Amino acid sequence: MTEQKSPCCTESNPGFIELDTYIDSLKIDPIDPERKEKLIMTLHKAQSIFGYLPAEVQKFIANRFAVSHAHVSGVISFYNYFTTTPKGKTKISICMGTACYVNGANKILQDFENALGIKAGQVTPDGRFSIETLRCVGACVLAPVVLVNDHVYGKVKQGQAEKIIEEYLVEYGEKVEEQ
Amino acid sequence: MSTRIENFEQLRQKYEECKRLVEVRADPDYDGDKKFILVCGGPGCVSLKSLQLVENFEKLIKEHGLENKVQASISGCFGFCEKGPLVNIFPENIFYVQVKPEDAKDIFEQHILNNKVVDRLVYIEPVSQKSMTDSLEMPFYKRQMRIALRNCGLIDPEIVEEYLGVGGYQSLAKVITQMTPEEAIEVMKRSGLGGRGGAGFSTGRKWEFGRMYKGDRKYVICNADEGDPGAFMDRAIMEGDAHSVIEGMAIAAYCIGADQGYVYIRAEYPQAVKRLQIAIDAARKLGLLGKNILGTGFNFDVDVRLGAGAFVCGEETALIQSIQGNRGEPTTKPPFPAERGLWQKPTVVNNVETLANVPVIFEKGPEWFAQIGTENSKGTKVFALAGKVNNVGLVEVPMGTTLRQLIFEIGGGVRDGGKFKAAQSGGPSGGCIPEQFLDTPIDYQSLSKIGSMMGSGGMIVMSDSDCMVNIARFYLEFVVEESCGRCVPCRIGTKRMLEILTDITKGKGTLDTLAELQSLAETIPDTALCGLGQTAPNPVLSTLRYFMDEYKAHVEEKRCPAGVCTDLLHYEILPEKCIGCTACARACPVSCISGSPKQAHVIDQEKCIKCGNCLQKCRFGAVIRK
Repeated sequence: MTEQKSPCCTESNPGFIELDTYIDSLKIDPIDPERKEKLIMTLHKAQSIFGYLPAEVQKFIANRFAVSHAHVSGVISFYNYFTTTPKGKTKISICMGTACYVNGANKILQDFENALGIKAGQVTPDGRFSIETLRCVGACVLAPVVLVNDHVYGKVKQGQAEKIIEEYLVEYGEKVEEQ
Repeated sequence: MSTRIENFEQLRQKYEECKRLVEVRADPDYDGDKKFILVCGGPGCVSLKSLQLVENFEKLIKEHGLENKVQASISGCFGFCEKGPLVNIFPENIFYVQVKPEDAKDIFEQHILNNKVVDRLVYIEPVSQKSMTDSLEMPFYKRQMRIALRNCGLIDPEIVEEYLGVGGYQSLAKVITQMTPEEAIEVMKRSGLGGRGGAGFSTGRKWEFGRMYKGDRKYVICNADEGDPGAFMDRAIMEGDAHSVIEGMAIAAYCIGADQGYVYIRAEYPQAVKRLQIAIDAARKLGLLGKNILGTGFNFDVDVRLGAGAFVCGEETALIQSIQGNRGEPTTKPPFPAERGLWQKPTVVNNVETLANVPVIFEKGPEWFAQIGTENSKGTKVFALAGKVNNVGLVEVPMGTTLRQLIFEIGGGVRDGGKFKAAQSGGPSGGCIPEQFLDTPIDYQSLSKIGSMMGSGGMIVMSDSDCMVNIARFYLEFVVEESCGRCVPCRIGTKRMLEILTDITKGKGTLDTLAELQSLAETIPDTALCGLGQTAPNPVLSTLRYFMDEYKAHVEEKRCPAGVCTDLLHYEILPEKCIGCTACARACPVSCISGSPKQAHVIDQEKCIKCGNCLQKCRFGAVIRK
C-alpha cells in the first residue's frame, strides 16, 4: 500500500482539517511498527470532533496511519466507547453499574425509554435525544445515576424521567412536551 | 517557582520549603493563627456542588480581606460519600457533613471569624445520637487505616508542591541515589505487598521477573482500567493523589530497568485523566520525570493512554494489545508480560492501588508495612462500599478486618431497615458471600476459600429485597457483553449460562437446565483463555452454593422470594379491602384493571404486565403481590 495525500482538502467538513492537524502533530512514521500505539487516541479525538466515527472518517484515519480500513473498523467495533452511528444532541446515559442496578437502575431506564419512545442505543427521529447505558461512573453514593450530557443526576426516582427530559426541551425552546 | 530539581539535596530543601504550604493541615503541632478550609472533591461531593462551595468560601475570604490568614481548597475523596459534601477545617480538625454551597456563609461567619462550631452541620452518630466533630471518632473512620489513600483528603491534587510538602518523591530519591535495583526489589519482597488488582501476586517478585528478563527496552504500565461496575477506588486515588502513583511507577521502572511508562486509564474518568496529565506535566517540569532524574543518570517518562470501554482490557495481556492499537484481546500466558509484553519487551503491569502503596513502603520501611495485615496478606485494602448499605463510601482497612466490621461497623449496616442477605466482592469475577461468613477475615486466601475473591475492591451489599438469581444473571449479562469472543468457552459458554439464567428468572427453568448450568459453571473456569472467562462463572457458582433454595423456588415453585423477577410475580386485589377508589385503574398503563367506582376492582391477569403501579398507588392495602 502506498501512502497517499490525505483527502482532507477535498472534504467539505472542517472537522477533517482539525483531525488532519491533530494527526500531523503525532508525527506518524508510516513504516514504524509502533505507530499504531497512537491509533486509539486518534479515534478518541475524531469522535470528539465528529460525534461518531462514520466510514469516511475511518478511511481517512486508516490512510494516515498506513493501516487497513479493516483494522480501524475492527478496533472501533471492539470498544464500547466508539460508535459508528450519530448520537442525539442530548445524550442520556443510565448507569448500569452494580450499585445502580441494585437500586433500581433498570426501572429508571424503562422510564426514559417509555418517555422518549426509543430503546437504549437508539436516537429519537428528530435527533434530539439518545439513550444509552453505561458501566459505573464511580458515583455509587448517588445510585441510581443518570448522566445527561455531562450533568449528573443522582438518586433518580421512578417518574422523574419526564421532568428531566422537560428541562432539556426547554433548552430547545419548547415549553411543554407535546402529547 | 517550578525550576528543575537537580539533586537529592535540592529536593530536601524543596521539601522544607513546601512543608509550610501544608503545615496547617498536616502538622499536628501547628500553633499558628492560620486556618484552612478543605473541601472534598470526590465524584460524589462534586456532583453535589462541592466545587461551588469552595468558590463561595474563596469569595468570602476575599470580601473579608483574609487571604493571608484563611485558605480554602479542594482535595481528593474523603471517603464518607454518604454524608457529602464534606468539609474539614484545620488546624482544629472540625469535620462538617452535608454542606451545601449556601452553608459557606454560616461556616465562615460563625466558625472562621468567631471560632464557634456550626452545630447543625456536625455529624450525629445514628446509634448513640452523639454529635462528633473529629472524623477519627466516627465509626466510619475509626477502624480505617489510610495508606494508599493517605493524601486523599489532605492535599490539593493539582499542586505538586503540596505533594512535595508531605514528603512526596523522597522515596524515589532515596531509591535511585542510595539503593541498587536488587536492594529495592528486596525491600518490596520483604514488605509482602501483593497486587491490589485482585490476584495478590507478590509485587516484589513481579519486579524481580521484570528485571531478570533482558531487553533493549522495558516498560512499566499502570493498570487504571477500573472496569468492575460498582468500584471507584482507583478513580479516587488517581483524582486525589496522582503523584504517588507516578512515584510508584518511577521506582518500579528503576528496579526493572525501564525508561518508559504508560498509564492505561478509562476514558470514562475524564477528571482522573486531567489530574494525571497535570501531575505528569508538573513532575516533568521539576525534572522528577524525564532524562537524568536528580542527576543520577536514571531516565524515565510516563504517558497516558486512554481505554475505550472494554472490561477485558483490565486483563494485562489484553491491556497491552490495546496500548498497541489493536482489539483488546488477551493472549495466552506464558509468555508472561514480564518476559514478553508491550512490543514484545519485558513489561511490568501494576494496578493503581499497588503503586500508590510503593512510596510509603520505602518511606516507613518494609517491616512497618509487613506488620499490618495478616500472615499471608500484608497491608491494607481499599474498598468501594456500595449497594444497600447505610454508609456508601470509600474505605481502607487493614487486611484481616472482618466482613462484619466492614459492613456493619464502618458501613453502618443495611439501609432502610432491610435484612442482610449477601455481600458481593470482586465484581463479575467474584462471588456472593452469605451471612454465615460475615466473620471471615478479609484476605486473599480466606475470600477465595469461600468462593469469592478480593478483586479490585468493589463491595456491594445486598438485602432481602435482592433476588440472588437475578444478581447472578446481571453479572452474566455483563460478562456476555464484555467477552471478547476469542475463546469458545467464554464466548459461547457464558452466553448459554445467561440463557439458562434468564429462563429461570422467567419461570421457564427446569431441574435439568439447573444441572446444566452447574456443569457449565464448573467447566468454563478450566477451559477459558484468560482471567475474564476463568472467573466469569463465580457469581453463579457462589449463588448456587449458598442460595440454592432461591434457585429451587424459581424452578420448582415458579416463585421469586425477593419479589424481583417480574414474570414470576402475581398481583391481586383483595375484594374485602378494595373500596373502589379507582386509583389503581387510573395508574395501570395497560388498562387491565376493571370495576365501577365504589365497587371492588379486578386485575385481568392475561393483560397484566406486572409493573407494580397499582400496588404503589393503593392507599388501602388492597393490592397484594404474591
